[in-house]
Amino acid sequence: MALLETTNLHVRFELFEGTSHVLNGVNLRVERGERVAVVGESGCGKSLTARAVLGLLRHTNAHIDGSVRFDGSELLSLSERGWRAIRGRRIGMIFQDPTAALNPTFTVGDQLFKVIIRGGRARTKRQAREIAREALRHTAIADPDRVLHAYPFQLSGGLAQRVLITMALVNEPELVLADEPGSALDVTVQEQTLRLMRALGDELGAAVLIITHNLGVVREFAQRVYVMYAGSIVEEADVDTLFHAPRHPYTRALLEAVPRLTGEMLPQPIEGVVPDYTAAPVGCRFHPRCPHMRPTCKEPPPVVDLGGGHRVACVLPEVQP
Amino acid sequence: MRRLIHSRAWYKFSRSRLSVLGLLTILVIALVTVVAPLIAPFPEHVGIFVDFRNTEQPPGWIYFFGTDDNGRDIFTRILYAYRVSFAVGLLVLAIAVPVGVILGLLAGYYGGLVDTVIMRTTDVFLALPPLVLAMAIMGYLQPSLFNIMLAISVMWWPWHTRLIYNLTRSLRHEGYVQAAKVSGASDLHILFREILPNCVPSLLTKMAFDMSFVILMIAALGFVGLGMQPPTPDLGRMVAEGVRFMPFDWWMSVFPGLAILILVLAFNLFGDGLRDMLDVDV
Repeated sequence: MALLETTNLHVRFELFEGTSHVLNGVNLRVERGERVAVVGESGCGKSLTARAVLGLLRHTNAHIDGSVRFDGSELLSLSERGWRAIRGRRIGMIFQDPTAALNPTFTVGDQLFKVIIRGGRARTKRQAREIAREALRHTAIADPDRVLHAYPFQLSGGLAQRVLITMALVNEPELVLADEPGSALDVTVQEQTLRLMRALGDELGAAVLIITHNLGVVREFAQRVYVMYAGSIVEEADVDTLFHAPRHPYTRALLEAVPRLTGEMLPQPIEGVVPDYTAAPVGCRFHPRCPHMRPTCKEPPPVVDLGGGHRVACVLPEVQP
Repeated sequence: MRRLIHSRAWYKFSRSRLSVLGLLTILVIALVTVVAPLIAPFPEHVGIFVDFRNTEQPPGWIYFFGTDDNGRDIFTRILYAYRVSFAVGLLVLAIAVPVGVILGLLAGYYGGLVDTVIMRTTDVFLALPPLVLAMAIMGYLQPSLFNIMLAISVMWWPWHTRLIYNLTRSLRHEGYVQAAKVSGASDLHILFREILPNCVPSLLTKMAFDMSFVILMIAALGFVGLGMQPPTPDLGRMVAEGVRFMPFDWWMSVFPGLAILILVLAFNLFGDGLRDMLDVDV
């Protein structure tokens, strides 16, 4: 049984302009201890997927259909109390901008202790302090006491990011969602962040679902990849297969859009933009931008299983086995 | 104290000399009202007291601000009237701020029906001219310290609801609120430990300005005879009663009027300083 599994997840928003049908049947699966990436352009619904998985779309105007199962139990029908038992304890989250994810009015320690006590790992602040110290040392913070007494604005971006990783992992969750971790920071810090997440995830046996637009991050971090375009998964494969034998025209276009240091090819941008979700293209949502578009693209694309966990949603003959 | 004076906050506050002056004035007046029974020259002039030999005395060495038509020392009566102004001002804030803050947090965070019910109710209160509403309530109730406080509080909480509502609407999308939520925090925790602390700078600044408005409001109620009833000294009433003797016995109205002016101005200057120090808009 998969740790996390979304089946045919749809998210719609009723707007003045009409129905904005953003997530169009997302099927994701994360096994225990696995590192999975969701990659795609900005505005593809990657973050929305994460928010739906964590139940953050409740009390908004979003309509959610489908199923999100975590360790065998359905999350979408969970009560607020049920959610609180899962968030932070069994599923942790790491945010894009580490300095914004810390409350400026409290010290790092106050916030970290509260997370630890809430997770049930300590009853008193004294116990929590011990756990916090140990956990911060674990994330390569040399002087935990200084960090615990600091206010968020006194930390550098890299330090704040490590504090957030500590916060997400301190209660030893089974799954960590990372939404563009470190992309608000410079590349060296981002690199450290990824290494740290990888090391800690392996140590705890936690599965990590990383959301990113950066193929470099995918290559380095993930074992398996989902390529998402306009609210649908267009291709799913393990990392090596995806980079060496991409099948979907969107995946190929994404790979060609990456600047390279070697060879004479200039990166090829993908023409056009992510569609307006109130009037999304019917059938394959990529077809208006696809260089290989044909009439059958206006019908929902078949999901072709190429074996070895490589699946692609496209009608092109060359992707057929 | 040393730490305060060397802090960044005090540096920013003290950049404006006028704000420091306002703060000092408030502190001096607050101190004076606390020790009023000890320093007032004629404490017995506060109650029912008539001295026909000394009615309408001009300001001088015995009666600093002169005497009224009953021969009572105006300086003494102003000291005691300040006590009422301060007490009512603080009590109004003590009632209106918690009520306003809690309703504002709920409306801003939950939205939907809660938002509609609470915010449309505040609209009703804000649509009525505040003084008229307070006068209507006071006309209906017996004028007493408690009722004045109640009347002003009833029309004061919607302003705080508005302020906190707007802040909550923007703060609830902040990263740390989302982060608290995904770490399993309860709504109670999010409202009072994540959102509220970030509203405090705006709230404090607004409270400083509120004090000046409330004091002015008490004076206005007193002026039309709906404030503290005689013989308790009331700045507004003293101004109103002195008007009959203008312009010859000018001290009867002018000194209580100046007393109002100084206190209101002090709170406004202090509020300006706080606003610059905390870098907020209210």
